[in-house]
Amino acid sequence: MESKTPSFVRGQMLPPQPPPTRESGVVKWLHENLFSSWLNGILTVVGLIILALIIKSALPWWLNGVWHASSLGECREIIAASAGEGATGACWAVIRERWHQFIFGFYPPALWWRPILAFGLLFVAIGPVLYAGQKRVLTYMIGGAFLGLLITLWLASAPAMVFVGLVVLLGGLAALAQTRPGALLWFTAAFPALCFLLLWGGSFWTPVMAMAGFAILAVVARLLAGRVGAPVAVGLGIVVAVIWWLYVSGPVAGTIGSVLPLGLEPVKSDQFGGFLLAIVIGVTAISCSLPVGILLALGRQSNMFIVKSLSVGFIEFIRGVPLITLLFTASLLLQYFLPPNTQFDIILRVIILVTFFAAAYLAEVIRGGLAALPRGQYEAADALGLDYWQAQRLIIMPQALKVSIPGIVSTFIGLFKDTTLVAFVGLMDPLKGVTQIVRADINWKGIYWEPYIYVGAIFFLICFGMSRYSMYLERKLKTDHR
Amino acid sequence: MAVASDVPKESFRLSMLIYDTRFRSLTIQVVVLILFALAVAWLLNNTVQNLAIRGKEFNYAFLWQRAGYDIQQQLIPYTNDSTHFRALLVGLLNTLAVAVVGCVLATILGIFVGVMRLSHNWLISRIMTVYVEVFRNVPVLLWILLAYVLLSETTPEPRAFRVTDEMLAAGQAPAARMWLWDTVAVTNRGMNIPAPVFDRPLGTLALGPLTLNLTFLALLAVIAGSIWVNRRLVAAARRQQDETGDRPVTWWKSLLILFVPAIALLAALGFHLETPALKGFNFQGGILVAHSFTALTVALTLYTAAFIAEIVRAGIMAISRGQTEAAYALGLRPGRTMRLVILPQALRVIVPPLISQYLNLTKNTSLGIAVSYLDLRGTLGGITLNQTGRELECMLLMMLIYLSISLIISGVMNIYNRSVQLKAR
Repeated sequence: MESKTPSFVRGQMLPPQPPPTRESGVVKWLHENLFSSWLNGILTVVGLIILALIIKSALPWWLNGVWHASSLGECREIIAASAGEGATGACWAVIRERWHQFIFGFYPPALWWRPILAFGLLFVAIGPVLYAGQKRVLTYMIGGAFLGLLITLWLASAPAMVFVGLVVLLGGLAALAQTRPGALLWFTAAFPALCFLLLWGGSFWTPVMAMAGFAILAVVARLLAGRVGAPVAVGLGIVVAVIWWLYVSGPVAGTIGSVLPLGLEPVKSDQFGGFLLAIVIGVTAISCSLPVGILLALGRQSNMFIVKSLSVGFIEFIRGVPLITLLFTASLLLQYFLPPNTQFDIILRVIILVTFFAAAYLAEVIRGGLAALPRGQYEAADALGLDYWQAQRLIIMPQALKVSIPGIVSTFIGLFKDTTLVAFVGLMDPLKGVTQIVRADINWKGIYWEPYIYVGAIFFLICFGMSRYSMYLERKLKTDHR
Repeated sequence: MAVASDVPKESFRLSMLIYDTRFRSLTIQVVVLILFALAVAWLLNNTVQNLAIRGKEFNYAFLWQRAGYDIQQQLIPYTNDSTHFRALLVGLLNTLAVAVVGCVLATILGIFVGVMRLSHNWLISRIMTVYVEVFRNVPVLLWILLAYVLLSETTPEPRAFRVTDEMLAAGQAPAARMWLWDTVAVTNRGMNIPAPVFDRPLGTLALGPLTLNLTFLALLAVIAGSIWVNRRLVAAARRQQDETGDRPVTWWKSLLILFVPAIALLAALGFHLETPALKGFNFQGGILVAHSFTALTVALTLYTAAFIAEIVRAGIMAISRGQTEAAYALGLRPGRTMRLVILPQALRVIVPPLISQYLNLTKNTSLGIAVSYLDLRGTLGGITLNQTGRELECMLLMMLIYLSISLIISGVMNIYNRSVQLKAR
């Protein structure tokens, strides 16, 4: 038998058919994401109804917003005139009139350039820590800070001398970033003194003499290290530096100041307020709490019984009480614990207590990171002959800190949000302090959504930005291939 | 041949204290201890001096003096003639009330939001993400203040609820209405809710300083008894199922056992709800819940629930996909897969961070200061402190109490954590 070509084989290809309407385009997306089952369909409808209700009540309020008015009553008149009687509307005029109190508190308007400058230079100072040795990034950061500062300082109408100083300072730093980027760390080291001078003003020599204490510590330690060994030399250096700070630096600064009076107009602590205060407390406490937290975590992991129990006691005590009680300790109890007639600044006291508070939480986060490291890492460090601090610095901490980045950043976010609690010890935080002042004004009595939305939005931007940055950092530092 | 001799005896040198690892840790510890002792001695010395300068002495006798101030929300009997110690107890109970209610509500809401955030429904998961991010990234103080302001400044005055004869004749409605079938009235002075009332109460039993409410105790005993009997019933049914393979029908017996005794007791005691009603210028009857309590609880619940949702989400995502697939392969529906397979395993990941959220919520109740809620900080650390001027004693006692609460919560939750932990082979 001869085989024939079977008749059912097609000689010609059919043109491709489009997929069924249910399986393509918008319909497919809707089906899969919103109406995949009865329950999902109901959820979607409920969600849509809630959204519609929110939009229905909030949208006219947003759209009828008034920016130019001098009181809440005037706002309401304008809204009633434009959108009809009974219409709701936001009165953003209060933000327009009082935004500066939310940002600067009662800091004198003529001196606004000082906190702005300090804030801009902060980025220049963090640069060498975050991006050590990367010339390009450092130069870009300095350039960006320069541009930003130029615009904001011009808006704040800073004196001409400030611009000259800014050009000289940042130009020098940019040149340094190109030639010896490592040397930029000296600017970071000097920044706390500069920042203090800019924010609080006063004599130029006070912060300089305070920084000189560190120089004295370094000199003494280096000179004596050869004779009595490094640990003893550092101990002696600390003793000498403390004596310097307590008894010598003040008179010396006073003497030099009387001969060569250099300085800025002083600003009192009670003039600080708003986000300026929150950022000053937040940034200082964040940068001080990280080293303290690391030390506490190491203390808790230590084999030495006394060091360990002191660390555990400190951490558990701080974590067991609310921050408010610690702040009240700062405002009420420190006068009992310090020598009679000691006066010291309330902002500084609060910063110290907030630092301890954050450090205890950080210590627990870092302890988790330390526990996540395999024992082999410690043993390998020992096998290489590294001593304790070398092993910590080169092997353990880089890995442990990397693991604990999410926890560290959420502690920082928590700390920044908690800076609002300083309102309860009489400081003017943006949330309760300033808002209360604004709401107590006869013109703005009865306003509540607008200031809270404004303050909340700024907090949200900062905290959300921080958490996104930590996610970016986590991805960037991820070296394992899981 | 020379036999290996003894290790040459080294004479002790001072530098060995630092450079010899055998002695170094001892040296460091001694130095730390000395520094610590010096610091404590310095602080104590300063405190003694400062107390002497101010002419104060350190004792707690003031706790037994008359307090002389009123507390709006009291869970135990208290008048302004009571002692400061009694005020402390009232404040402590107020703190615990917010903490307990907040923890329960935040857990429920947090689990709901966390599960919903993982839902395949695009819209719902987006809404939940927005909720979580907004509440996590804004200070809790803002939510407390906003909730309080909204409750106390946007709600109507009591007289807005009044219905007069002229209004009835003209067919007008009052400016404000009560909610939930005329049982709840929210005014700018507080929230009036129905109160449980017993016509034939069992009275109270005084045990020294403690007063026991017998009605409440009887109700509690009956409910506990019915739960116990129900457990026996279910256990018996399970035993029969194990032996014979048939499970007897128990649901109606369970319902009867659980509800009939309690309802019978309530009927015997003459239980009914007393609804608030407008009399004169204010609402009478029922219970007045202060706005400070509501605002604090609502704000802390919403804030903490956002964190709990993230914990729950992370816990569920930590369970490997294979578990879900295995459950589907066994024919379990998605809801049951979640309830029977995923959640029990996820609990092990969830519980430790959940404990710290409970602790945070409990500590955050001290923010009641923002809305003048008289909790422990408001009574002991607030009015009592200001009236007696005993900062040192009040603050130390308050910190001690907060510390004990924290330690107790973390202790209890750690025991629970150990019970749900994976039993390693």
